[in-house]
Amino acid sequence: MAELNITERQAGDITILDMDGKVTIGEGSVALRTTIRRLLGEGKKKILLNLGSVGYVDSSGIGELVSSFTAVNKEGGSLRLLNLTQKIQDLLAITKLLTVFDVYESESEALSSYN
Amino acid sequence: MEKENLNLPSRLESVEEAAKAAAKFAANSGFSEEMRYAIDMAVRESVANAIKHGNLLDETKTVELTFENSDARLAITVRDFGACFAVEEIPDPTNPENLLKANGRGVLFMRSFMDEVEWFNHADGGMMVKMIKKRQK
Repeated sequence: MAELNITERQAGDITILDMDGKVTIGEGSVALRTTIRRLLGEGKKKILLNLGSVGYVDSSGIGELVSSFTAVNKEGGSLRLLNLTQKIQDLLAITKLLTVFDVYESESEALSSYN
Repeated sequence: MEKENLNLPSRLESVEEAAKAAAKFAANSGFSEEMRYAIDMAVRESVANAIKHGNLLDETKTVELTFENSDARLAITVRDFGACFAVEEIPDPTNPENLLKANGRGVLFMRSFMDEVEWFNHADGGMMVKMIKKRQK
C-alpha cells in the first residue's frame, strides 16, 4: 500500500485533494509534489488539501507543503488547507507556518473562501 | 539499564527502519503514546539528517543508532560518517525570511520534541547527535 493516497475531487474550479496516509521523506512527499505539479500543468490553480486523514507529517512533509504553496502562488493560484489534525497543527505552530497557510475546519467554509 | 544498537545503510528506507526500532524500544520501555510520538519524530529527523546531510546518501557509509533506557530517561544517539558541521550555523527556519524555504526544519523538530539535544564532532570522524527524553518533567 502506498505511503500516501491522494484522491482528487472537483468543486467548480476548485480541486480538492483528499489525502490519506503519511507525508514524510521519500514516497509521501514525492506523491504530493507530483500531484501538485500535474494540477498546475493542467491549469488547476485553486487547490484545497484535505489533511484530515493524514496521520503523520515530518519536516520533509512540511517542506513539501511549503513548496506546494509557493509553486501554486507563483502560478497565480491559491493552495489552502482543510481539516488539520492536532499533530499537524502543532507542527505548523512550531514552524510558525500557521501564519502562512490559510487553514479551514469545514469544507464549505474553505470552498467559499475562494470566491 | 537496557541498550540497543543498530547500524543502518544510508538510504531513505532506513528512516522507517529506525523509526520502527525506536517505537519498539520506547514501547517496551513504558513510554506514553505522546512521548513515543515525540521520540519517533526525533529519531526520523535525526536519522534522515545523518543519511542525507551527513553521509550524503552514500550507502557504503552507515548510520549508527543507539537507544539506552534508564529509570529517568531514554537516551538516543545517531552517528554519521560525513563531514562535520556547526549546528549553530543552520538558519532559524522560523525567521520570516526562511519561512518559505523547503528545508531546514529537522533540527527544530528534534529540539522541540526532545528534552535535550546536543551535537558532537565524533573523535573518529563524523557527527553524533545525542537526544534525551525524560520520563517526567
